[in-house]
Amino acid sequence: MIANTFETVKTENVTTWFKAAPTSKFPKNAGACIKYKDKQIAVFNFEREGAWYACQNLCPHKMEMVLSRGMIGEENMEAKVACPLHKNTFSLKTGENLNGTLDAIATYPVKVEDGFVYVGFAD
Amino acid sequence: MDMGLEPHVVEFAPKLMPRQLDARSSNVLQLTLEDIGIHIHTGKATNKIIGEDQITGMDFDVGIRGGVVVNNKMQTSDPSIYAIGEVALYNQMIYGLVAPGYEMAEVAVHQILQTSDTMMSASIDMSTKLKLIGVDVASFGEPYMPADKGLSIIYENKTKGVYKRINVSHDGKTLLGGIMVGDAEDYGILHQMYINNMPLPDNAEELIVGARGEGGGSAFGSVMDLPDEAVICSCEAVTKGQVCCSVIDDGNETVKAIAKATKAGTGCGGCKPMIADLVKESLKTLGKTVKERICEHFDYSRQELYDIVKTKKVTSYNNLLDLVGTGNGCEVCKPLVASIFASIYNETANKQESIQDSNDRYLANIQRNGTYSVVPRVAGGEISPKQLIAMGRIAQKYDLYTKITGGQRIDMFGAQLHELPLIWEELIAEGFETGQAYGKSLRTVKSCVGSTWCRYGMDESVSFAIEIENRYKGIRSPHKFKGGVSGCIRECAEARGKDFGFIAVEGGWNVYVGGNGGANPKHALLIAEKVDKETAIKYVDRFIMFYIKTAQPLQRTAPWLEKLEGGVTYLQNVIINDSIGIVDELDREMQALVDSYKCEWKEAIETPEIRERYTHFVNSEEKDENIEFVSLRDQKMPKEWA
Repeated sequence: MIANTFETVKTENVTTWFKAAPTSKFPKNAGACIKYKDKQIAVFNFEREGAWYACQNLCPHKMEMVLSRGMIGEENMEAKVACPLHKNTFSLKTGENLNGTLDAIATYPVKVEDGFVYVGFAD
Repeated sequence: MDMGLEPHVVEFAPKLMPRQLDARSSNVLQLTLEDIGIHIHTGKATNKIIGEDQITGMDFDVGIRGGVVVNNKMQTSDPSIYAIGEVALYNQMIYGLVAPGYEMAEVAVHQILQTSDTMMSASIDMSTKLKLIGVDVASFGEPYMPADKGLSIIYENKTKGVYKRINVSHDGKTLLGGIMVGDAEDYGILHQMYINNMPLPDNAEELIVGARGEGGGSAFGSVMDLPDEAVICSCEAVTKGQVCCSVIDDGNETVKAIAKATKAGTGCGGCKPMIADLVKESLKTLGKTVKERICEHFDYSRQELYDIVKTKKVTSYNNLLDLVGTGNGCEVCKPLVASIFASIYNETANKQESIQDSNDRYLANIQRNGTYSVVPRVAGGEISPKQLIAMGRIAQKYDLYTKITGGQRIDMFGAQLHELPLIWEELIAEGFETGQAYGKSLRTVKSCVGSTWCRYGMDESVSFAIEIENRYKGIRSPHKFKGGVSGCIRECAEARGKDFGFIAVEGGWNVYVGGNGGANPKHALLIAEKVDKETAIKYVDRFIMFYIKTAQPLQRTAPWLEKLEGGVTYLQNVIINDSIGIVDELDREMQALVDSYKCEWKEAIETPEIRERYTHFVNSEEKDENIEFVSLRDQKMPKEWA
């Protein structure tokens, strides 16, 4: 099952900081998708908040690889992404489904160094 | 099942949810679950589970259900040991529900602390609403009805897996109980009617099949009709009175604030819609209208924000947020502000792409599997054989599924993100332009063939439709809008089912506004008769502009007109008689939009930075291999959703 290939990685558990792409490749206040091994990861440059986020590109509702194309925003100060298919929203901090009871999405740590975006993985 | 395993449900009783459901509804539930792939075994008592480390089998036996016998103090045979919840056998019954569990806990606590001599009542309310693997199931009061006590009204729709039953007293005045499977939306109010012994409407069947006739209004009346002591949230035992007091006396004006103050709605959450209604109605009694507020980032209505953007000449979303908003925005306010910018400055969706709805951001409609559809404009539905061949060639080259839309044009499905600029480059080279099928904007102007060919035609409906579609193309609005032009009163273009419509009659055009198809079909209303084409266009120009400036987000013209104080007469006064002195401004604003049109797809393919957005991965040239198609009548479609 494809949903099982994603698992949240905490910064302290990162074994590989994957050098994804230069920051210029990522739109401001929106998302883009990167490929790491067989995984599709959505990366968001939430410039207005001054933070970067990463999560699985797969929406757990209908199992489509679309979250990177969703709009980002915040709800009660918590960054979130809205799936472009049915507007289900997920916290970019905890992965939790904010407007329903869908499974949480996996989130990944992001760091920016020397103009490059790195996403943390444990595999 | 998500883990690739084969789930089995073993039920001791001869049917599922025996306490709550009758045989037929239990059967509906069982069929729905079996459809999902779950194996159901009823009438099986588990005697033994066989296997080591993992279960290899189960030994079934018919026996008496176990449980620790308790008295009405929740005391077991050892008076110093209490039992509650699903382990407790009370009145020879196990109550597998959360509400009786809470009640038992309360009794046990009071008994242990000796605070009061609270006892478990003999009759326990087994009402419940739950979701069983996606299937709504609810039951309240007396789910099955002995004929000597009352009568049943039963609705069953096997095609949709819906079963509803209500049991009413012989005199038809009181509700005694009921069952809902597949659709339990009305459980909250029905349960309230039952526990509060409220009078039934004359046609009790409307409670489960919905009211017939105009409006299809609710048969239940208002939540405010409930007595104050009615328990709204049964998980946390919060009454209607407490919720209303929390709003009126403590100033908690949102469902969230109520939840924080009273805990109502924090258990199963099933009562949230009722709490929302209570908040709204309580605020009304205070003389407060519930402020139309866009979201937590902008404390304004759409119309107020429109005026702010216009008078303060704000041109970027971030500036607007800094100026009159708070925080960092969300998926509600971003596209709304984008639409306002488009209406005032006619900027395309390419300029501030991150605040656009996902479809506008990529200038295409996202479809079921994350691929997109491509719809070039075919104004008035008129298309030449040469254009048809060009479109066919391009669709074939990119292996797209093609279909004629309801708006008289051609939709090409199944394009991947990176293919969109390539496809549009070829379409634009053939003279096509964007059809804005993805936008909250003008879609199409449908026409009949009119007097050029039709022997009944009074005027040239196709020519008029092409002219008007080209006039309004690219205009973005609070919601999508569509038009129609018919050459005679036979109305083959269904112009009265559109946001605006023209029908040719002897001596000119009749002008209609505010119609739509969709979920609540509405016929457009006549605003002018037998006017010439120029006048007809002028009136509709003003109508659209007035709508754009004053409508709420995602409100189509029909509900907008319905809510407009003074209705169609007021509208006629504003746009025809200039009663509030704004027609010159409306005319000017509309003309500015018409004059500044540009095809945003042409802009996209000619601008390298915009073209760069059309890639699935930013760190790889690979395609999205997750996309799967299956064949369908010589074409293709996305693989079905699991």
